[in-house]
Amino acid sequence: MLRYTVKRLLQLVVALLGLSLLLFAWFKSLPGGPENRMLPDNATDQQREALREALGLDEPVWTQYGEFLGRAVRLDFGNSLSSGRPISTELADRLPATIELSLWAIAIAIGVGIPLGYLAARKRGTWLDFTAVSGSLIGICTPVFFLAAMLKVVFSQNLGWLPTAFRLTPGTDYTDVTGLRVLDGLITGEFDVAWNAAMHLILPAIALASIPLAVITRITRASVLEVLGEDYVRTADAKGLKAQTIRGRHVMKNAMLPVVTVIGLLLGSLFAGAVLTESVFSFGGVGSFVYAATTERDYPALMGFILVIAVSYVALNLIVDLSYGFLDPRVRVRS
Amino acid sequence: MRTSRTTLARRAVAASASAVIALGALAACGSEGDGEDEDTQNAEDFSFECPEREDGERAPDEAANEEQPFIFGTPGVPTSLDPVLASDGETFRVTRQVFDTLLDHDCTDMVPGLAESYEQNDEGTEWTFHLREGVTFHDGVELDGEAVCANFDRWNNFTGGYQSPSNTYYWSNFFRGFAESDPEMGVEGESIYDGCEADGLTATIRISEYTANFPGAFSMATTAIVSPGSLEQLTDDDMDAPDSPLPEYSQEAGVLAGTGPYKYVEWDHSENAVTLERYDDYWGDPAGVKTIIFRQIGDGNALRQALEAGDIHGYDLVSPADVQPLIDAGFQVPTRGVFNILYLSYNQVSGTLGDHAIREALSYAVDRERIVNSVLPPGGSVATQFMPPSLEGWSEDVVQYEHDPERATELLADAGAEDLELEFCYPTDVSRPYMPNPKDIFDIIAQNLEDAGVTVEATPITWVDYIDATNQGECELYLLGWTGDFNEAYNFLGTWFQTETTEWGFDNPEIFDGLAEAASEPDADVRAEHWIELNEMIMEELPGLPISSSPPSIAFAPEVYPPDVSPLTQEDFSELYFAAAE
Repeated sequence: MLRYTVKRLLQLVVALLGLSLLLFAWFKSLPGGPENRMLPDNATDQQREALREALGLDEPVWTQYGEFLGRAVRLDFGNSLSSGRPISTELADRLPATIELSLWAIAIAIGVGIPLGYLAARKRGTWLDFTAVSGSLIGICTPVFFLAAMLKVVFSQNLGWLPTAFRLTPGTDYTDVTGLRVLDGLITGEFDVAWNAAMHLILPAIALASIPLAVITRITRASVLEVLGEDYVRTADAKGLKAQTIRGRHVMKNAMLPVVTVIGLLLGSLFAGAVLTESVFSFGGVGSFVYAATTERDYPALMGFILVIAVSYVALNLIVDLSYGFLDPRVRVRS
Repeated sequence: MRTSRTTLARRAVAASASAVIALGALAACGSEGDGEDEDTQNAEDFSFECPEREDGERAPDEAANEEQPFIFGTPGVPTSLDPVLASDGETFRVTRQVFDTLLDHDCTDMVPGLAESYEQNDEGTEWTFHLREGVTFHDGVELDGEAVCANFDRWNNFTGGYQSPSNTYYWSNFFRGFAESDPEMGVEGESIYDGCEADGLTATIRISEYTANFPGAFSMATTAIVSPGSLEQLTDDDMDAPDSPLPEYSQEAGVLAGTGPYKYVEWDHSENAVTLERYDDYWGDPAGVKTIIFRQIGDGNALRQALEAGDIHGYDLVSPADVQPLIDAGFQVPTRGVFNILYLSYNQVSGTLGDHAIREALSYAVDRERIVNSVLPPGGSVATQFMPPSLEGWSEDVVQYEHDPERATELLADAGAEDLELEFCYPTDVSRPYMPNPKDIFDIIAQNLEDAGVTVEATPITWVDYIDATNQGECELYLLGWTGDFNEAYNFLGTWFQTETTEWGFDNPEIFDGLAEAASEPDADVRAEHWIELNEMIMEELPGLPISSSPPSIAFAPEVYPPDVSPLTQEDFSELYFAAAE
């Protein structure tokens, strides 16, 4: 187990090196530079050139990459060119918002998707099955930003039930503990803050959950159907085990294996969806920052954020892989 | 020489009247103006200044003003709470509420700020400011000449990364450099700042060489006066490179105190929100609303939705297409005066447009009237020269190029350019105050040119690359513009026509020399004469076609009594308040 983990971590380092090299080459090949955004429109060519030099942008790409790596291994990603603040500070400010949103979205996707998929499989061919299958098809096909915008128009603008933007109503006093506002509100006993934050989370979380929810529902359904037809389920049934035991121990546990794999992969796509959802709802997390950094050629910010997201993505997948051992003894890794 | 007017002109004064006063105030800066002189030009010439306010005063909702924060949605976040370290409008919008400058603008007129009056010597190298009495900073320190000098001395003594134009662009633009300019930071020039002398409530600032940036520079948000109490806490040695992180004091409330109607309470970076609170000992009228929050919202669509849903109470840069629907729905969209220029550049680097007849032909081909009427916000007008009409030095007698497609075709035929092909660039992902919708404007112009027989090669470019491409002369035709910083023609013409550049690709020493001469003329009246002449020369040369001056729209919720809107987008948020239901 330990050796496997170490091996996976080493792979992570190689993957990150490759990724950073690719990103760096890609950024450098783009025309236009960050100096244009750091200076007003009417700055002279001399001023732009001088700033490029001062920023080291006129150095050979390899030198720049070397310097970047040298700092990155010390976890110093430099400063955002647009905000002038250290990337690590920007991260600390923004990551909690994205984590909170993603947690809510994945919770909705799992909490609704697994039961729904299971029921659809059990009641195969009924209206419930039909609704779940076609509903999930719509869920997969609907672009996140479109769904987010529609939810906002209907529930915020027309019905006025939920806010259109932000994580909290501006001006709300709150105490920062973990950065996850709902959790913070519950911890500190500021229940109005928790409620306020939850109201702000509902629409973006639903929008972000749509695709994972659809995928999880379909995978669960297919997987449960497959397991239901296995010999060991029939055997369990034949030897007179209670239906509940069969479902819990034999059906669900075995059916969950592909579902867990998919959840691991979905977490990565959640970050991509978060960019769009956060922009629509002005949620102020990593997503909207990455979007702004892209349009402003804020290379250091982009590199920092993408690498951090890559690390968390790989780490999440490692956790998922390790959890197979718990779910399926056949793939349990031996050291 | 005499002092300028001592009271703030209010917008309540009819536009024509304020125009006369504007002339008076400007003349007063000259050597022989008598302040109320109104025979220079008649008021009708200024009918396009600030539109007169039509809504009446409303009774304030006292409870709401004390308890409910006013939330203003902004498209971007500020970069620094200390204005000297910034060069962007989102920062200045916030810092202007907290700090005051020596001079200020009312509509487009330069009016007293912290200085009740000021004098300049004939050479324009000595500027004496007589400060208001009884002004206190948020930390209790009293404003005096020493405080003003401490600020200017501090800025001039910046070192290291503080000197980089990415941080202090405006200082080096106005004063050319620092006490010890650092070429490594991209600042080569020698500072023209020649010291500051304080005597009680008087501060005298000396410069070694006059440029037409003065007195405008004293009204710029970056030269706002910070409390000496705050300055004492600063070491100004945190940034050693242009990309060093901005010093901590500029990223959080606490250290910085100004004299403005609001003081900093908090900058919540994770919520992208800056919170201000009313300063009770403000020297002017106390602010209407106790708490103001500037909160960033990504895009124009989201801003409109947030306003409609009541999540925010106002936002700026309303898309022209949203203006009428918002008004119909009961929201307020007061029209600003104009203070910007959008132009179509005829870049001569490639040679094709070096032919004056072709440039002329293109100018007749473009239907600017249609652009102003169909795709720009209400309140815009066709531009006849490279600056808006509210500036001194605007000429009535420039060559005009009225829309005349037949003439365009004829001229092209005469020039032997019937099968002219031109590369026309426009930016794709941006909305600028002078150009809310580049693609729509491009479409109209491209259609006009095609109608005249020109083959247009459409070249959309993303905004970051656009500046580079246009600067380096890669586009024969391109759209760009400028919003003025203060009331001075140099701030417009000097932006483009100082010398031969690849941005324009023309070489006309007469224009360059004339501009240099005008820029060094300390007498405002004489300078205005120069600008008039230059505007005529420039429109004769026709380096590009000025298209429009159009005001960016700003919207407020129905329950808000909005502040007077400013052509320079320098709204004073202390003027607004929540109005009681009627």
